[in-house]
Amino acid sequence: MTANGAVEHSFYDQVLEATPEGERLRLCLQCGDCSGICPFGYLMVHPPSRMIAHLRADRFDKVLDNDTVWMCVSCYACTAVCPAQIPLTPGLMARTKEELILAGNVPAELQSALENSQRYGNPLGESPRKRADWVTGIVPEVKVLGKVRKEVDVLWFVGDYSSYHPRVQQVTKALARILNALGVDFGILGPEESSDGDSQRLAGERGLFEMLAEKNGLAFGKYEFNEIITTDPHAYNAIKNEYPGLDISYPVRHYTEYLADRIDQLKPLLKKEVKAKVAYHDPCYLGRANGIYEQPRLILQAIPGVELVEMAHNFKNSLCCGGGGGGMWLDGFQWEKAHVRLSEWRVNESLAAGAEILAVACPYETPRFEDAAKTVPGAAQILVRDIAELLDQAMGN
Amino acid sequence: MNIIILVKLVPDLVEELAIDSSGIALDTTWMRMIINEFDDHAIEQGILLKERNGGVVTVVAPDLEGVDDVLFTAAAKGADKLIKIKGDFIGANNHALARAFSAIVKELQPDLVLTGVQANNDLDGSLGPLLAGCLEMPYVGYISGVSLGDGKSRTRKEYPGGLIAEMDVSLPAVLGIQAAEQPPRYVAVSKVRQMMKTSTIEEQAATGLDMAGGPSIGRMFQPETAQHATMITGSPEEVATKLVAIFKELGVL
Repeated sequence: MTANGAVEHSFYDQVLEATPEGERLRLCLQCGDCSGICPFGYLMVHPPSRMIAHLRADRFDKVLDNDTVWMCVSCYACTAVCPAQIPLTPGLMARTKEELILAGNVPAELQSALENSQRYGNPLGESPRKRADWVTGIVPEVKVLGKVRKEVDVLWFVGDYSSYHPRVQQVTKALARILNALGVDFGILGPEESSDGDSQRLAGERGLFEMLAEKNGLAFGKYEFNEIITTDPHAYNAIKNEYPGLDISYPVRHYTEYLADRIDQLKPLLKKEVKAKVAYHDPCYLGRANGIYEQPRLILQAIPGVELVEMAHNFKNSLCCGGGGGGMWLDGFQWEKAHVRLSEWRVNESLAAGAEILAVACPYETPRFEDAAKTVPGAAQILVRDIAELLDQAMGN
Repeated sequence: MNIIILVKLVPDLVEELAIDSSGIALDTTWMRMIINEFDDHAIEQGILLKERNGGVVTVVAPDLEGVDDVLFTAAAKGADKLIKIKGDFIGANNHALARAFSAIVKELQPDLVLTGVQANNDLDGSLGPLLAGCLEMPYVGYISGVSLGDGKSRTRKEYPGGLIAEMDVSLPAVLGIQAAEQPPRYVAVSKVRQMMKTSTIEEQAATGLDMAGGPSIGRMFQPETAQHATMITGSPEEVATKLVAIFKELGVL
């Protein structure tokens, strides 16, 4: 075996070992379904199935010589379609990006998001002290646990974009009002909350993910609560599936799960009609990665006036908004390669489905789809709303 | 080639700056320090030179909050030696810093000293020329490219209007880096963490901090609104409406 081959075998072994079910990589039958279903597979010089072929042929250096793996938005489409059930997204794709990062081959815009996450605990480069600034005006006041030092029933892990992004803050405030209306005893970590780190992990920065997870683990450990709810499906995925591997284990639900479980209490509060055809976009990390499809639809249908319509790609076959796996921080890079945006594709589908409102449940999506609706011809009238905003509206706010 | 890189830590502008009760200094209660952006470029340029020409890169920084992270990150990028200067550097001006740095730099007998061309807290001129004065070495600033030859360095110096001059500087010399030849590289957190375990930071005491030559500050204040400007306030929609009205009044719409 060549010296090069030895390196590749160690990479092969690392992928096998570092991922749960990673040894399934051996079962690849080279059917190519992963490369076909990948929304950017046609632009990748080495889409997933070809990466595996190179890996087996001791030619993985060819894959590492190329930067098109950054087109991967970690949407789990390849993983979900794979007949051999190979965990391609968290294994092969994330490990390949990690190799590129370790070699210093990082697109500039991704680099600044990673550096910001490292320094400020959020990819936006905002002050950690301002993480709870969005709570202004919410009545009853949102409890920041570091200030009130009281046990709460629910720890709400708010997340990066929900805390800082001006558009997504509207969703965050809506959810705060909903939790208040339901009489939920909840608190937030505020400045002590760090990025969940999941998208950084899937962009290949495993060490950064671990650092952020450890910080959150320490913060969780300081307070008494019964469970965690998250606004962000990526945070949900991290806390549910990845943090336990770092000995950080807490019961966690996405807010749509939490509200669906309280649907009987929620329904009487939804008095105002939201008369519209609503298409629901399954976020990758709620749907494909975690199998939550019904709860968001259940609470949408509880809103009087809402007529749910389905888009061509839905449920397990949903389309990514383009923001996952580092995509949030690679817009320029991906535009240069693709000259299309996944978010525009999705907005077109919502138009074709006759939707008036495109409903979402992930903080990446509201700004991405709203931006897309500005550029897609005929989409100007499409409203992009998080489910929390629609519930809030139906509550008369 | 013995390359020394001097790094300043400056207030991180992600936190709003506040003036303390004395009225002549920044309030340090919430202040975070960050590597001066130009010094980050100086590190990158130094590592690039080492990769091209060989040699030893030493990074020297004053002991301020966050300095260990800055030094270990530099080590992960390829710096060989890390030195932290102990002393009370909060509020120290560049004259004091130049004197403290020069005492240590002299001992290291450098061929080339790199530092950022400027910093956001330069109240008394930039560090490079002051340091070159202390070291009695030549100084060239606004450098965006360096190559090394026999006993000299060919530097690309930026001038206003997009002009660039190439000039030879005899070594040893101090260069003020405007931009490295490539943007500062990313190092994975795992590599930095590894450096924290495997590399050591040498500590040296500053030989007193002499601020002489710097300005004395009479008053420090936030920019104050002048009378000539009209501040438009309100929601984005209200501001836009007012702007449109003003543009129409001025005849540009």
